[in-house]
Amino acid sequence: MKFDTPATSNPIDQLRVVGQPVDRIDGPLKTTGTAPYAYERHDVARDQAYGYVLGAGIGKGRVAAMDTAAAKAAPGVIAVVTTLDMPRLGKGEMNTAFLFGGAEIQHYHQAIAVVVAESFEQARDAAAMIRTRYVREPGRFDLAAEAPKAQLASADSGEGSGAPQEDRTGDFEGAFAQAAVTLDETYSTPDESHAMMEPHATIAAWEGEKLTVWTSSQMIAWGRRDLAKTLGIPAENVRFDSPYIGGGFGGKLFLRADAVLAALGAKAAGRSVKLALTRPLIANNTTHRPATIQRIRIGAGRDGRITAIAHESLSGDLPEGQPETAVSQTRLLYAGANRLTALRLAVLDLPEGNSMRAPGEAPGLMALEMAMDEMAERLGMDPIDFRIVNDTQVDPEHAERPFSQRQLVQCLRIGAERFGWNRRSATPGQRREGQWLVGLGMAAGFRNNLVMKSGARVRLHGNGAVTVETDMTDIGTGSYTIIAQTAAEMMGLPLEKVTVRLGDSDFPVSSGSGGQFGGNSSTAGVYAACVKLREAVARRLGFNSAEARFEGGQVRAGNRSVPLGQAAGEAGLTAEDQMEYGDLAERYQQSTFAGHFVEVAVHAATGETRVRRMLAVCAAGRILNPKSARSQVIGAMTMGVGAALMEELAVDKRHGFFVNHDLAGYEVPVHADIPHQEVIFLDETDPISSPMKAKGVGELGICGVGAAVANAVYNATGLRVRDYPITLDKLLDRLPELA
Amino acid sequence: MRPFTYERAASPADAARAASRQPGARFIAGGTNLLDLMKLQIETPAHLIDVNRLGLDRIEPTPEGGLRIGALVRNTDLAADARVRHDYGVLARALLAGASGQLRNKATTAGNLLQRTRCPYFYDTAQPCNKRQPGSGCAAIGGVTRQLAVIGASEACIATHPSDMAVAMRALDAVVETVRADGATRRIPIAEFHRLPGETPHVETALEAGELITAVTLPPPLGGHHAYRKVRDRASYAFALVSVAAVVQRDGSGRVALGGVAHRPWRVEAAEAELPRGAKRAMAAILDGARPTHENAFKLTLAERTLASVLAEARG
Repeated sequence: MKFDTPATSNPIDQLRVVGQPVDRIDGPLKTTGTAPYAYERHDVARDQAYGYVLGAGIGKGRVAAMDTAAAKAAPGVIAVVTTLDMPRLGKGEMNTAFLFGGAEIQHYHQAIAVVVAESFEQARDAAAMIRTRYVREPGRFDLAAEAPKAQLASADSGEGSGAPQEDRTGDFEGAFAQAAVTLDETYSTPDESHAMMEPHATIAAWEGEKLTVWTSSQMIAWGRRDLAKTLGIPAENVRFDSPYIGGGFGGKLFLRADAVLAALGAKAAGRSVKLALTRPLIANNTTHRPATIQRIRIGAGRDGRITAIAHESLSGDLPEGQPETAVSQTRLLYAGANRLTALRLAVLDLPEGNSMRAPGEAPGLMALEMAMDEMAERLGMDPIDFRIVNDTQVDPEHAERPFSQRQLVQCLRIGAERFGWNRRSATPGQRREGQWLVGLGMAAGFRNNLVMKSGARVRLHGNGAVTVETDMTDIGTGSYTIIAQTAAEMMGLPLEKVTVRLGDSDFPVSSGSGGQFGGNSSTAGVYAACVKLREAVARRLGFNSAEARFEGGQVRAGNRSVPLGQAAGEAGLTAEDQMEYGDLAERYQQSTFAGHFVEVAVHAATGETRVRRMLAVCAAGRILNPKSARSQVIGAMTMGVGAALMEELAVDKRHGFFVNHDLAGYEVPVHADIPHQEVIFLDETDPISSPMKAKGVGELGICGVGAAVANAVYNATGLRVRDYPITLDKLLDRLPELA
Repeated sequence: MRPFTYERAASPADAARAASRQPGARFIAGGTNLLDLMKLQIETPAHLIDVNRLGLDRIEPTPEGGLRIGALVRNTDLAADARVRHDYGVLARALLAGASGQLRNKATTAGNLLQRTRCPYFYDTAQPCNKRQPGSGCAAIGGVTRQLAVIGASEACIATHPSDMAVAMRALDAVVETVRADGATRRIPIAEFHRLPGETPHVETALEAGELITAVTLPPPLGGHHAYRKVRDRASYAFALVSVAAVVQRDGSGRVALGGVAHRPWRVEAAEAELPRGAKRAMAAILDGARPTHENAFKLTLAERTLASVLAEARG
């Protein structure tokens, strides 16, 4: 099915099941520990041996020699495979760093060996016996130091987002020079780790030339393709299976060393092998959100109208890598005739930078929305009014391209009212409660809505139940549930009559989970398959498919009513289809919007910042399940607090690695850091987006949060920190003298 | 984790004897730190002596009017003890500022004193560390040092001691009681228990090989206002950037010990005479001779301002 004209009315609009805040259908499995994650799939392959991955101890250079004699002789060891045993392996289409093979070390903790043993402890112990001699080479580990050598670079994340290297509209420099009020500031964001709860983990088993991996992956089809490419085997010989995923945040979009080394270890051992990357490897072996240095210039008239806006971002990556697209939102969020955005990329020898929840917008808005707060102050305007004055209903670079829906102003107004924005003092540093300085901050949230081709197979059984199969993944987001809701709505069934099976490469290829496109895209694919199934059912039962109504487990038209299951027959009735998209995304700009509001308290003596309450008002199309959508948004808000206040991979610029490579050193918010959170979804449908009229929401929740926190810290203290995270040491020297 | 042998000791003296017999033996109680370090092969004991069942888990009054805390009293139980809460508030608060509920349920009094540094370079076995591998060098010096020591460090090591409990005990002048292999007992004032790194940062305490901690005694209550203020980057479950343990009397005199700044809980008794003249004067004296890095120099300001905040609260 192709979606190339705006949606009209369809069975989803009934909202009997879709749009209801139903519990997760996989909730009981999760809460009873019976949803098996990759490392726990003890039943899928016999004789599972344990693998342990050894990471390189240098940031750049070569492996001169590896002595594995002791490891091979250690108790329980079945096989040892080192990077010197083979030439460098092929590279997946989505990978920047090479994952294994050969002597070259591109980054710290690059995998250099896998040890397979009868027990995990034996494998780990033997891995520690491997003696590796390195030849170190000097590396480029300091983004600021490499800035002069950075080049303009475009980006394509591969999951729908991207930006040209430089983009100009009008005459930015001329307009900026003439603007009555201007801002020219530089902001920086650090490297961040996904820090998902479940580490990357895989069980691999070979049957002849056929390889099956039970793994933890957001994108089944990409993983399968890239594992085949890396190992140099045909894709049809690889099966990927990933039904439950303990968080990904972009860290599991791409093939990583766990799958490659489980496959190599299993081959060498002649046994199935299970392994997980240890927590210290996750920071330096896998991907991270790259640090940015962003310069923003805004020029406006005294009326607050922006006449010139420029956003330039610098980030670093390994050779053949890509820039963080931190300027994307600045092309679309505010009006202004004269515009400039640019991306620069420096070559760094740190681990691979790549997508993390809302790549581009998350760090980009941390800068832009702080700049907007600063600019509003220079104009003597309320920050909300300043944003409203500069709202645009069309793509500012292409006035003929309207937004499909844009309710940013409504988000801001409703948020202001609900949050009590009128209690904010326009002059910072005015409100004190005991030893705490209290302030309010806000930011606009913006994230593009991407749609991806997505397929599904729907099978009707004789008992009137339906099974949905798609390689879509549920990374904790609630995919199982909204897919079940979609099929139930389409087939006129209660939720419990629908079984959903996900994450298997034997199922039709879906959008996968990333770029907040998964919810809308995968359910649209299920919609397409269900439309086909409805037609087949109608045909079989002798209904005119245009007239047939599917409700209460019956198919009805006129006075006739037939149980749905009757159409299935003995063999069942199966339909498969996918949703593809026409050019609506070119004719309309599809984005999601939010107003983020935060109250913080900053300790007057120590500079500790504690968030007190948060509100997000979201306009993101139809909300398929308000309960799981709310969970997505509050999780993202939490991640935004982490980015604002504490998360930072600390770079050792001499040796080239992230030093705080565990969850004691890389701090994310704990329960005590997260106060009252509230989420409001505007009642909205977007017929341009898909027949579901839904949009993404899982990344919108983080977009703007960091700046809202930063702006609240400023409102509390009068101190502006443009270098994230806003840790107390950046405030301390400027806090008022104590009595 | 290297393979190891295991035994359960029958008495404190047996445990000490067993430990002195076997080179490379370690006592294990809660194991909240030791097991993690063994998994990373930072600790590689050949033999573990389980001391959990030695009956050292009571809190009793001393004839002098103080409190004797058995070595195996769990952090949770110690923090909840009514006498500790009433008479030694600084200790109860310090305990509750540390780790998480689950860890405090397992962690013991003696084990808390003996926990090892959280310096990230100590934890990364690919990096040189004089504490982990004597003589190999210190990767932390010149590296990422925001969390590390600002005073009392050496050219060999700039690690900090991670304990909160020990900082409060230092302010309270606690005494560590031990038994040695020959059955002899001794009492080590907490001021002498933890060492500065010097040239031998791997030697962290005054304990001799095989010597077992049996108890920690607290002198009679001091009265006054008790505070433990732990400053960190998130609200819970993080090690201190700086912590201040203070007991302040009505006349403004008092005691102050700091955590997060040195290789041991940091207290300078002579500097406490400055307390009535305010945090700035007192902290200047307490941190006299500090040699911070550019990344952690903020700890000097932070310590002073935290103390000022504590003193303001003490004044009410």
